[in-house]
Amino acid sequence: MNPWLVLGPVILLLIVLGFVTYAIFFERKVLGWIQGRIGPNRVGPWGLLQTVADVLKLLLKEDVTPKKADLALFKLAPALAFIPAFAILAVIPFTDTIQFADFAVGLLYYLALSSVTIIAILVGGWSSNNKYALLGGMRSAAQMISYEIPLVMSVVGIIMTVGSLNLNEIVEAQKEVWFIFPQAIGFVVFLIASISELNRTPFDLPEAESELVAGYHVEYSGFRFAFFMLTEYVYMFAMASLTTVLYLGGWNAPFGLTFIPPIVWFVLKFGFIVFFLIWLRGTFPRIRVDQLMQFAWKVLLPLALLNILVTALLKEVPFLGKFY
Amino acid sequence: MALDPTHLQLAIFLLIGIALPIVALSLGRVLRPHNPTPDKAITYESGVDPKGDSWVQFNVRYYLFALLFVIFDVEAVFLYPWAVSYDVLRSDVGLFILVEMLIFIFFLVLGLAYAWKKKVLEWE
Repeated sequence: MNPWLVLGPVILLLIVLGFVTYAIFFERKVLGWIQGRIGPNRVGPWGLLQTVADVLKLLLKEDVTPKKADLALFKLAPALAFIPAFAILAVIPFTDTIQFADFAVGLLYYLALSSVTIIAILVGGWSSNNKYALLGGMRSAAQMISYEIPLVMSVVGIIMTVGSLNLNEIVEAQKEVWFIFPQAIGFVVFLIASISELNRTPFDLPEAESELVAGYHVEYSGFRFAFFMLTEYVYMFAMASLTTVLYLGGWNAPFGLTFIPPIVWFVLKFGFIVFFLIWLRGTFPRIRVDQLMQFAWKVLLPLALLNILVTALLKEVPFLGKFY
Repeated sequence: MALDPTHLQLAIFLLIGIALPIVALSLGRVLRPHNPTPDKAITYESGVDPKGDSWVQFNVRYYLFALLFVIFDVEAVFLYPWAVSYDVLRSDVGLFILVEMLIFIFFLVLGLAYAWKKKVLEWE
């Protein structure tokens, strides 16, 4: 057996853990700057070791389990949330050479597996036997399944254009034009739905501190809590990668600037999306729960369906048809 | 049957995903203190002693959203293979392939409109 089949994923795991550590640090720094503060600056030079210290602290904290909780499910939930978050990274092509599984139905694999986390959140919220946690978990599940639909529908336009679910072929198809332009409606729907899937501001209702204390993970402490946080940021990594691959041309260089290596382009686009997510968090207020659910079903879903129709019709238009 | 390296890779990712929580939590077990007291084991409810169980009946609205989700997710199951083979089928049978899917989507949108009218999508 090829040793890289195991070594590769392990290296990726380390990269992802490094990303999570510094994404949290970067997020706190950027939010600080947006709010006219300095942000973390005490632990290590420029505060660079702040998150490392936080993780070590969580590792050394007691694992408190409530007496009334359903212990088996309570202990399973954080792991169940994390496993699909990492497993979906297998299908993402980072460059034409740095990729793991060139899977024929990669996009479907990503979308299908990532929704397993919804179950984990529901299990975590329910098994805690805590009213806040249950409400947080139910809300979370309702929100995530509602936004799952527009997310899944918005990429149909791309599939119709490329004629494949293979993420490699989707990137190859963007050599000339990135899908953000011909699939503009789809992109907007995808972006909004993906932010909601990530439970990030302005859609962070499941974790509304002021209403639900913390949401589905109220009762979790120590490293089990850390796994829920880790899952969130691994999904941020995965979703920023998927957005890059689907709409921003993946590793393709714009304007024929091919002398810059593909991995640099990927990281630049990926980094921009991550920054964009943090930027949104710094500038948008949280939306209300009634607006949240209506928005998914009454605005995003019809738009996503419209995008399918528009894509099909534009295929028939001369000159424009070659983009679809 | 020979194992496809792609599938093997997917399985390895899954196994590493399973391994990390096991390793990290086992390591944590050695490092962290374990000193449970009855007070710590009480369900947290902002400092007030919790009354009764939390496994109660909840709002039926969640169920309706779940039902809508199932309908449209199944629609997606039909849409994906259709979208993959759209160009092939279009050169074969022309725009009939689009009309066919539009009829299918129309019936589902009809259902959505009904839910909309019945104020299922409203959240109070």
